[in-house]
Amino acid sequence: MTRYASPPVFYRTAGLWRPWMGLATLLFGVPAIVYGLYFAPPDYLQGESYRIIFIHVPCAWVSMFAYVAMAGAGAAALIWHTKLSELAVLAIAPIGAGFTALTLLTGMLWGRPTWGAYWVWDARLTSELVLLFLYLGVIGLANAYGDSRRGARAAALLALVGLVNLPIIHYSVRWWNTLHQGETVRIFGESSMHESMLWALLAAAMAAKFYFLWSLLGRLRLNLLIAEREKGWVARELKLESADA
Amino acid sequence: MELNYSLAFGAALRRELKLAWRRRGDLLHPFAFTLLVATLFAIGVGAEENLLQRAAGAVAFLCVLLALFLSVDGLFRPDRDDGQLDHLLTSPVPLSLLLSARLLAYWLIHGIGLTLASPLLALLLRLPAEQLPVLMLALTLATLGMSAIGIIGAALTVPLKRGGILLALIVLPLYVPLLIFGSGTVAAQASGEPIAAALYLTAALSVFLATLAPFVAAIALRLGMD
Repeated sequence: MTRYASPPVFYRTAGLWRPWMGLATLLFGVPAIVYGLYFAPPDYLQGESYRIIFIHVPCAWVSMFAYVAMAGAGAAALIWHTKLSELAVLAIAPIGAGFTALTLLTGMLWGRPTWGAYWVWDARLTSELVLLFLYLGVIGLANAYGDSRRGARAAALLALVGLVNLPIIHYSVRWWNTLHQGETVRIFGESSMHESMLWALLAAAMAAKFYFLWSLLGRLRLNLLIAEREKGWVARELKLESADA
Repeated sequence: MELNYSLAFGAALRRELKLAWRRRGDLLHPFAFTLLVATLFAIGVGAEENLLQRAAGAVAFLCVLLALFLSVDGLFRPDRDDGQLDHLLTSPVPLSLLLSARLLAYWLIHGIGLTLASPLLALLLRLPAEQLPVLMLALTLATLGMSAIGIIGAALTVPLKRGGILLALIVLPLYVPLLIFGSGTVAAQASGEPIAAALYLTAALSVFLATLAPFVAAIALRLGMD
């Protein structure tokens, strides 16, 4: 396990794995999107506009999954002080923030024809917005430290604090929402989705997960090169023989 | 000599209270700030009485929340500048104990202070009189949790030159549940529903945060200063 936390070993292993992640993204993503956007039958209530769920729901899942992953990396960074897990926190934060922003954007686009407004203070949209602020806080804190290792550790701790608070925020927002305006439109009733749509949605979700991993490995490899630019293995890896001499 | 933790806690608490008392004039600033925000709100919304009155509880709550947030940056910064923070970090007494004394002092000075000043704020916002005790009760409880979040945010940003907008980005999202339950208490009272649920949730959340915050802030301070 610890062997893989060693930067040169991880750099090479991640390089081997990354193309497969990209391939899996395409394998799951292309059929899911093509089916979801063209072949799936229109919804009897929402017509064509519901098709955005094939983008929206996978993004929402990854946005939450990424936060947990970031906090997990943060816990590892604080416990074992491994450079790799510190870099993982820094690498995951922008990806998670991107997925959160996409979730909000697609949610708003879907809300316009469905609810008649781009923004409704719906419980899920609101907690997703707070999630975006939490991501921005982590990114901002990491950037504010000139010294990247200390910044990464501060960001790791903040990610953990956020993880503890996330369920509280989520349930408090739901509580607030029912208090103020009652249940809003439910996207799915009692699992009334057509089975083929469900499979397409699951495939799209897998694609989003693999894209997350693909992007994460790429960012991590790059961050590793930058963080270890003084070390010999970087020069050897990049075939910079002159730098070695 | 054996370390006496309760003695250390008492000394740390007394120090904070004494410092605040020496500069008691400064305590008027957050209070004036709440009145200022309320004034700006009333001017912005217009003097239409119904609208103002309906939002009064929530706006009063927000004014106090923002005023409390503004004093968060001063939690450790003066001590870092004059070297007091290094003494805290090298003290043989557990750092989390000293920080819980600081949290308690901060809550007593700023949280309770602003709560005691809130009747004037309520008057300005034309909060119905029967809602005032509920507002003050909710503020008393919620400011404890806000102080706890504040101490974590301040500890995370103390090595930086300024907390500023970044501190807001860290602290304000975490205030959300306290705002919901706290101003939800006042809203429940306003609509004639029982306030117990919201009030108990505020209390539970504040106690939870205040219990954990000194430990988290201690870790954050050690991360930043080494």
